[in-house]
Amino acid sequence: MTLTKKNETRPATASWGLAAGEHPWEYAPAPEATDHVRIEPEYGLFIGNEFTRSKPRRTFTVINPATEEPLAKVAHASKADVDRAVGAASEAHRSVWSKLPGRERAKYLYRIARILQERSREFAVVESMNSGKPIKESRDVDVPLAAAHFFYYAGWADKLEYAYPNRDPRSLGVAAQVIPWNFPLLMLAWKIAPALAAGNTVVLKPASTTPLTAYLFADVVRQADLPPGVVNIITGPGEIGMELVTHPDVRKVAFTGSTAVGKMIARALAGTDKKVTLELGGKAANIVFDDAPLDQAIEGIVNGIYFNQGEVCCAGSRLFVQESVYEPLIDKLKARLSTLRVGDPLDKNTDVGAINSAGQLAKVTELVESGIEEGAEIFQPDCQLPDRGFFFVPTLFTGVSQSHRIAQEEIFGPVLSVLTFRTPEEAIEKANNTPYGLSAGVWTEKGSRIFKMVNAMRAGVVWANTFNRFDPTSPFGGYKESGYGREGGIHGLGAYLDLSGNGR
Amino acid sequence: MSTPTIRPDSASRSSDLTTGRHQHLGSLLGRVWAVDAVGVEERAASLAKRSIKKEAKLWALDLAIRMMDLTTLEGKDTPGKVRALAGKARRPDPTDPSIPHVAALCVYPNMIPTAVEALAGSGVKIASVATYFPSGQAPLEVKLADVRSAVEMGADEIDMVIDRGAYLAGDYASVYDEIVAVKEACGEAHLKVILETGELETYDNVRRASVLAMAAGADFIKTSTGKVQPAATLPVTLVMLEAIRDFHAQTGRVVGMKPAGGIRTAKEAIGYLTTLYETLGPRWMTPDLFRFGASSLLNDVLMQIRKERTGRYSGGDYFTLD
Repeated sequence: MTLTKKNETRPATASWGLAAGEHPWEYAPAPEATDHVRIEPEYGLFIGNEFTRSKPRRTFTVINPATEEPLAKVAHASKADVDRAVGAASEAHRSVWSKLPGRERAKYLYRIARILQERSREFAVVESMNSGKPIKESRDVDVPLAAAHFFYYAGWADKLEYAYPNRDPRSLGVAAQVIPWNFPLLMLAWKIAPALAAGNTVVLKPASTTPLTAYLFADVVRQADLPPGVVNIITGPGEIGMELVTHPDVRKVAFTGSTAVGKMIARALAGTDKKVTLELGGKAANIVFDDAPLDQAIEGIVNGIYFNQGEVCCAGSRLFVQESVYEPLIDKLKARLSTLRVGDPLDKNTDVGAINSAGQLAKVTELVESGIEEGAEIFQPDCQLPDRGFFFVPTLFTGVSQSHRIAQEEIFGPVLSVLTFRTPEEAIEKANNTPYGLSAGVWTEKGSRIFKMVNAMRAGVVWANTFNRFDPTSPFGGYKESGYGREGGIHGLGAYLDLSGNGR
Repeated sequence: MSTPTIRPDSASRSSDLTTGRHQHLGSLLGRVWAVDAVGVEERAASLAKRSIKKEAKLWALDLAIRMMDLTTLEGKDTPGKVRALAGKARRPDPTDPSIPHVAALCVYPNMIPTAVEALAGSGVKIASVATYFPSGQAPLEVKLADVRSAVEMGADEIDMVIDRGAYLAGDYASVYDEIVAVKEACGEAHLKVILETGELETYDNVRRASVLAMAAGADFIKTSTGKVQPAATLPVTLVMLEAIRDFHAQTGRVVGMKPAGGIRTAKEAIGYLTTLYETLGPRWMTPDLFRFGASSLLNDVLMQIRKERTGRYSGGDYFTLD
């Protein structure tokens, strides 16, 4: 079996099928410098613009998933800490933030956006160290997009009555926001920017494995001189997140994470008047028709499932290929996989970094084993994995059928399941045959077919001839078990506003 | 119905397509893959962002020199100018014998005798443009005579231009036939077919013209004359490399690539090499299969090599202008 165990000896570079006399071009290591970042040995809870110890004082250790070495200790919040944080946010909302004119709130948001840009290198390095994602992604995607979200929502802050004419839009109060570990800073921006623009204050809980850029952001909050209590950040395990979202003084809950936890939250909040948005799992179909621009489709497929090690809720994890182009597409895809560079997330040439945690690696491994057991055919390129850290070789399964677990369950790892179809109708039927509905991709040169497919997909986002492309102006969210509510764009703004009429 | 499709990894299966019983069907149903402009530009940009350092960089820069077609194609070219450039081609850096000679000197036909004399025994090949370069707007007989005389005078390699007028008018057959005729006229000389991608404009055109040129017998396909803007770009080169890759998978024939015009810095050259390497693999990392057509790239490469070796930059006056 070719599952990726550590210390396994593999050829050093891509398997080009080298002939005699040909030698691979070894790219020299190109690590991003880390000497300009400062990670504190310990981070307290960020409440009222101060880092404070949890009460009782408890901490847990955050590690670098690429080296398994500790990075910092962070506070383990208690129920009392949740009360403190919500209290600070509530007070800030009542006394300051809800009273500020929109144009003043906008100034703070613009300031945050600019500081994020100025400190982008620092954020990118810390994000990669803490999450395991390649530096080129944190540098080119996560951090710039996070800044873009603040810029975008800053623009809405003084235009709410134009966004919702005759509705007298009002802020809600305290927003409780719980975010995942796959895009720590970006998800923070998705949550905090619209909340603040709409006049709410927030208590945010980052994932327990990836709190460092959130605490670095806390420093930005102070640098931007935000009034104390407008942004509060607490850390702890899932139960603390549950305490936070169910807190009676919380008016709005925004959660991004697994479907299982999303269901728990929905159950806990049923019958309350809290506004809720849930952005949950996905099992996106990426559909390639036989007239597609194949070489670019290959890039889209790779970007769809191997971007961020496949730890993306909208990852294109099910590839549907029209049978008439199946062979050339799979051959091209296998060749392309062989050129992916897996390894040190801080190396600028790394394409696929580390899986975020040992637990996630175990889950990916378990699902891949199930794929083999259920009879799908596995392909993994030759590549050398680092001795330490949580790495997994980019994996491709062919011969997958709808009934296989790897075609049904969200793997959240660099694992692609390939299925085939014959006609557009069959593609639609199979693509929609999933409990999820977050995203989908369509590859075809035919414009009319794009429109037909986009309308037929039961998915919140459908990309045409591209994949995993994000923009703050574009709403994002799911159908079915992928959650409800939209984030991004004007749609994301409404979730943070009371639009019930002329006030209460 | 059996539609012939391009099947990489199997030269044998695909021989059907070019020679066998499906040839007729292939001409009716076969097609060239479409190219998505946004996607190809994004991919090229990401390849150009590879960070190539230290030994990997030195290796690439040395290879870039060995792949270089040092070029002068001016109305004002004189034997003196060509002799000076030939000296540079033999010995790019007179102070450093470890620097290899370039692949070829690329000149107009009238300059071939001078180049032959100046490069005797050097190992530097002589490339000549022909076929009424750069416009190609002349009768076929004139073009063929141009090629024959260039080969007779001693050109090792012929850089021809396709008839873009015919191509854009949809007359692919005459473009094809012309390349076949030129290839025949070349005899032993290697044929590089210039698509003049700046005039074809779309990536779909570039891809189709690449396939057409390869099918007609090109040893190399080349982006540009250098007389039209834009000349070589990384996305255009990527499209052509992908066409080469599929053509090889389909027919087993190995075709070379030459981006030409507008490549001026060592950093750009390395971007082309990473694109080549990650598209076609190590087999193509040789002057036999990849060339840079350039007039001003060489000195920047020399400068970067010296910087990489000594840790310091030297001024422009420490490198010869020829």
